[in-house]
Amino acid sequence: MSRYTVLIIDDEVAIQKLLKIALESQEYTVIQAFSGREGLALAASYLPDVILLDIGLPDLNGHEILAHLHDWYTKSIIMLSVQNAELDMVKALDMGAMDYLTKPFRTGELMARIRSAIRRNATDQMKSNWTFQDLNLDLTARLLKKNNQVIKLTQTEFNLLVLFAKNEGRVLTHQQILKEIWGVGSQLETQYLRVYVGTLRKKIEDNPNLPKHIITENGIGYRFQG
Amino acid sequence: MKGSILHQVFTVIGIVLFSSIICYFFTDILGYRSVALILLMETSLIAMFFDVVPVVIAATLSALIWNFWFIPPRFTFHITYSEDLLLFLMYFFIALVNGLLTVKIRQAEAKARDKEEKELTIGLYNTLLNSLSHELRTPIATILGTVDTLKDENNSISKEQKVELFQGIELASLRLNQQVENLLNMSRLESGSLKLSMDWVDITEWSHHLLSKFSSEANQRDIQLEIGDNLPLVLLDIGILEQMVSNLIRNALQYTPSTVPIYLKVFVVNDQLELVVSDEGPGFPIDLIPFVFDKFYRLPNSNSGGTGLGLSIVKGYVEAYGGTITLRNMENGCEFLIRIPVVTSYLNYIKNE
Repeated sequence: MSRYTVLIIDDEVAIQKLLKIALESQEYTVIQAFSGREGLALAASYLPDVILLDIGLPDLNGHEILAHLHDWYTKSIIMLSVQNAELDMVKALDMGAMDYLTKPFRTGELMARIRSAIRRNATDQMKSNWTFQDLNLDLTARLLKKNNQVIKLTQTEFNLLVLFAKNEGRVLTHQQILKEIWGVGSQLETQYLRVYVGTLRKKIEDNPNLPKHIITENGIGYRFQG
Repeated sequence: MKGSILHQVFTVIGIVLFSSIICYFFTDILGYRSVALILLMETSLIAMFFDVVPVVIAATLSALIWNFWFIPPRFTFHITYSEDLLLFLMYFFIALVNGLLTVKIRQAEAKARDKEEKELTIGLYNTLLNSLSHELRTPIATILGTVDTLKDENNSISKEQKVELFQGIELASLRLNQQVENLLNMSRLESGSLKLSMDWVDITEWSHHLLSKFSSEANQRDIQLEIGDNLPLVLLDIGILEQMVSNLIRNALQYTPSTVPIYLKVFVVNDQLELVVSDEGPGFPIDLIPFVFDKFYRLPNSNSGGTGLGLSIVKGYVEAYGGTITLRNMENGCEFLIRIPVVTSYLNYIKNE
């Protein structure tokens, strides 16, 4: 069985119908839930590879559902939101959601995110060698190569890149990154993060002004793409 | 006259006392009966500027003062002559009527003003509804019509035509989305519920990113970026900033011939972010420039599409930032210049670690 299962939790019938057809055409098995409670029940019985979760459901809100899922669901959750909901998204990401899409989104973008989520499910977090297109990251030797050329990174830049690598395709919020790299209780502001991301981009991106690896998610955080 | 009732009461008491004291010193020259007329005039003046309670208080107080200080025997409320008594009662009555009438007139004026404003609002809403029904229904009509055509099994649409029809649906949906976005922004601005959520922004990265978004949307239109060297990080609401600049660029895209280049210039000068969107199009009729930021205003004879909301939203956002926006015609084309005060950080040029 190579078919992956996607659970859609959304009360909008039209969106459900569209997503089901689009996903089934790409050989996914689709399970549909039209309310939060139904979604939780189906998630528990099917353990889907990806959950698409609408933030605004009539019975439970997205954050409540995330809190329920948090204890036992370890695969990927992609939030579906409306525009101007950055704060809700940051909270959802901090609560374990992996990614988010803003309605109206394009189907191609959704498929890419789902593929990335499934790839992530299968990724061994403990492996010591990571390759992303032109980049090769060797954790044992603490070495980064771009197009087989060694790139010198500072300690912090290297740690940052490792964090990004281990979370490929995932949206990391500013706070998640600051906590991970500088530790809990760090008083650093996001401007420091911008500085480090800026210098890291200059070293690893072909065009630092139009980065293809470290993507800025406005008002939320960063997404690393392999 | 604004201010709390209590504040107004104290003010009128002050005015009455002060003028009574002045009059007191000149009683010998004026005669106590003309003092009554002076105080009466003063009460009428007060009625023009204050609310009804302070006016009644002023009328009563000045009547009592006149009685106590000016009508012989002085410093008693006793009135000796019957004509003075009559004068006192008439004074009191006239002062009151005078005050109340003025207040009434002012209320009527306020009502008329309200009505005028309401009519203006209704007028604006009608304009909105008219342009909206056009702006929203046109793309919907496109979508429905296209779907009907595609659903009809008896037609003979070529593959190329199908691609074209699908593109039509796509464009119509994007246009609908843009209009809804504008409407939401407008209502957010109007209701005063706009809250800026500030965060540090790498303005250089943002500018490139924005233009790359437009290059896919704008069908190979030439948008050129000119950006200052070593720009600092700035503290901004990036979502709002993006909408401001996007609206200006979209405006330029929509209202200039497709061969005309468009420029985005980004600078930081003395803690001010300067954003310039300019084009080498026909420019604006000089006498209409003052109106282009008005809500629902559209240039006469402008091609269809657009609700006249875009530029007024930009202005609303710029003002929410405490900034300014100006439009001027250039030698060829025109230039929108936004200036916003920002907090900057040059941390990005300090060598880290």
